[in-house]
Amino acid sequence: MISAGIDVGSKNIKVVILDGDKIIGKAIQTGSDDQEKSIEETLNSAVKDAKIERSAIEKIATTGIGRKVFKEADYVITDVTAGGRGIFECDNAVRTGIDVGAEESKAIKVNQVGKVTDSAVNEKCAAGSGSFVESMARALGIDMKAFAELALSSDAKIPMNAQCAVFAESEVVSLIAQNTPQKDISKAVHDSIASRVSSMVRRVKLEPRIAIFGGLAYNPGFVSAFKKNLEIEDIFIPEEPLFVSALGAALLAQEKKEG
Amino acid sequence: MIANYGYMDGSGEYYITIDTDKCAECEGKMCIAACPKGLFVPIEDDYGEDVVEIDSGKVKELKYQCMDCKPTEKPPLPCISACTPGALKHSW
Repeated sequence: MISAGIDVGSKNIKVVILDGDKIIGKAIQTGSDDQEKSIEETLNSAVKDAKIERSAIEKIATTGIGRKVFKEADYVITDVTAGGRGIFECDNAVRTGIDVGAEESKAIKVNQVGKVTDSAVNEKCAAGSGSFVESMARALGIDMKAFAELALSSDAKIPMNAQCAVFAESEVVSLIAQNTPQKDISKAVHDSIASRVSSMVRRVKLEPRIAIFGGLAYNPGFVSAFKKNLEIEDIFIPEEPLFVSALGAALLAQEKKEG
Repeated sequence: MIANYGYMDGSGEYYITIDTDKCAECEGKMCIAACPKGLFVPIEDDYGEDVVEIDSGKVKELKYQCMDCKPTEKPPLPCISACTPGALKHSW
């Protein structure tokens, strides 16, 4: 059976096409003010990548913050269920998955069959998400990759007290004005996000194996700060962290039919 | 599933917790009417169970929505009193 999972995130739209349990196509595109059109375009790109006809897709499941936008979906699945199923598929030893996206973070615990047993979400807040890192990198005038790597070269501990990204940005501006080295500012930003996400993750009582997915999984500054904050060494990062929830949605589309 | 909905205000970090296994057993779902802010909405979850969740439009406003009920001199909380299966908890 061929199925498609569409993760309509706050920044990017991700599509995974499965034939059975094999990924045959995928695509990612930044969303726009016309989300339905962007979803169509991303789905068509994935269809092209899979080298199939669109009509070959038997079931489509959507997830993510904009999951209700796409009217052709057969199933609408919450981010928590899709993320849990997806990360379990990537490594079935995972019991705690942490999805750190552009606008929000979630902690998801799954059992030995990939069913979600616990979840934690926080109020939508940029100070615990990827977009905060992006805006801080912009404030320093350096690209995201360089900004993330800079944190690894700093041992400084500069607390950022603001609860809100807007106020946190003003703290960063103050640090710039005080001539604080960029690497120390980068570390302060990543420590701050890691602290917020860790606090939420502790709510579900961590159980190994622990995995991170979503856009911030690509960020070594965040991953390092997160490990230190939770005092853990082994964190699993899937090969393509951005596609985990879309993969979960595509799998659930098949499993719902079978069920 | 234990679903934790968190928020942070000036006094700390808090969670509203819904045990959806217990919630699914409840037919009345009295919490929906009991919450003065209409926080709880009935849904069929991804596993086909009839449960309540926090209205997605209000998840990011919990610190404001729960503010009136939060003072400790006003227990018991209406939502928790109405939840007969004991599925609802607050961390404060």
